[in-house]
Amino acid sequence: MENSPAKPNVPALHMEGVAVGSLRNPDAVVAEEVNWTVAAGDYWAVAGLQGSGKSDFLMLAGSLTAPRRGRYRLFGEDMPIYEEARLKTRLRLGLVFDGGQLFNHLTVAENTALPLRYHQNLAPCEAEAAVRDLLQAMELTPWEGRTPATMGRSWQKRAGLARALALQPEVLLVDNPLAGLDLRHTNWWLNFLDQLSKGHPILRGRPMTLVVTTADLRPWKGRARQFAILKNQRLLVLGAWAQLQAASEEMLHELLTEGTQTG
Amino acid sequence: MRALLRLPLPRTLTDYLGRELLRFLLMVQGLGAFTLITLGVMISKFGVARRLIHPRVREETARAGLRLLPMFLFMSAALGLLVIGQAVSWLTRVGAIDYLGTIMVVVVVRELGPLATALLVLARIGTANVIELGTARATGEVEALEALGIDPVHYLIVPRVIGMALSVFALTVYLILGALLSGYLWAFVQDVPLRPEEYVRQLAGALSGLDFVLLVLKTLAFGCVIALVTCYHGLAQPLRLEEVSEATVTAVAQSIILCVLIDALFIIIYLTT
Repeated sequence: MENSPAKPNVPALHMEGVAVGSLRNPDAVVAEEVNWTVAAGDYWAVAGLQGSGKSDFLMLAGSLTAPRRGRYRLFGEDMPIYEEARLKTRLRLGLVFDGGQLFNHLTVAENTALPLRYHQNLAPCEAEAAVRDLLQAMELTPWEGRTPATMGRSWQKRAGLARALALQPEVLLVDNPLAGLDLRHTNWWLNFLDQLSKGHPILRGRPMTLVVTTADLRPWKGRARQFAILKNQRLLVLGAWAQLQAASEEMLHELLTEGTQTG
Repeated sequence: MRALLRLPLPRTLTDYLGRELLRFLLMVQGLGAFTLITLGVMISKFGVARRLIHPRVREETARAGLRLLPMFLFMSAALGLLVIGQAVSWLTRVGAIDYLGTIMVVVVVRELGPLATALLVLARIGTANVIELGTARATGEVEALEALGIDPVHYLIVPRVIGMALSVFALTVYLILGALLSGYLWAFVQDVPLRPEEYVRQLAGALSGLDFVLLVLKTLAFGCVIALVTCYHGLAQPLRLEEVSEATVTAVAQSIILCVLIDALFIIIYLTT
């Protein structure tokens, strides 16, 4: 399935007065009055403490939940969930889950091939070349025949990234990419996301729009270009790193100096 | 309405009955909606991603059918022994051994064969459906499918429904054939004066065209109902891991009740035609 062409001057993501519900608890609202715009080519880091609703916020941005109130537009189109007519627009956006959320009965290669096989109606051998390139880029080739349960969490996350990139989306949402990673994996993720933002060969050099969530802002200095924090059920859009440092938010102190890699 | 079910436990019998009735109505509503959605997806996505979905249907058919074949061969031998063992003993006493074939048709083809197959498939595969789907739901695999733009009903449910319907039909045929054959062998071992051609003549005489039609319809209905109920309880509602076992128990109970009700419906059709 070919992605529909980008409309000029239309933001990639646009939220107006959105209330974000919880994916796990249907009665809970994790953020209110969210006004947020992501332009093509942006690189956002959305920070918040554990339990602040970062994942729920990203699930809404990924169109997995509908806004409780307000309006959410993806590439200029209102984004109710599960609408077949909106599928092409939805596929312009990729989502990487915190734990990878791989399908346990499939191998890493099969997980990566799944979106290609479903949307392009490919036989396994027809998806092989694209999958091989993706796994190579993620350094996952030795793991390609393994099922997720036999791999470490760090590698599962990379497999989740490979699967999200299979359809070559224009926007990538990454939930807590650095949580629980050692230094080597952390550096790999930061460098790889940098390359994606600037234009990676697996995307034929096309710069990608990125949104990551994090509980620790420090690693994103000099990487992400825009910053926001989720606090007290509000999304505070802060702007660039310089504005972040100038902001008087108390919570920023925690996120910049005491943040943990776990949340 | 669902909020009412989360209120503190009822104190009176009326409260309890009202709550159970409400729970039942909600279940019927949910199951009905799930069935319609599955049917809608089957029709609207017919031919979509067929190189992925068709192998999935074959996998599910093999899982719910082919791999259970050894167990069903054993069951068919046991069923033939049970029915013939009892029938020969009683028919000989009353001098009605000519009805052996008729009894085999009525008991095995119309009743025990389809129902026993449905219950065995429910026990072996239906329960696995709830656990697999419930776990997938609880661990976020279903959200991952949605994030990839893959319809979970199309990828997870449709192959299971088609696979289980075909499997219950095929296994029932094998069970019936095996039971009829083993029935004759047991009768032969017991020195029943019944020649093979006479046994076949009795069977053919007792079978009608309606038996074949209703057998196909009944087994397909059993397969669809078991698949839909077990998939509904595994997938249609948000689940936490600790709720999966309870969902499995509920799904099994409801599947059995629905299969028995369908069986009763077919008995009425037999009796009125």
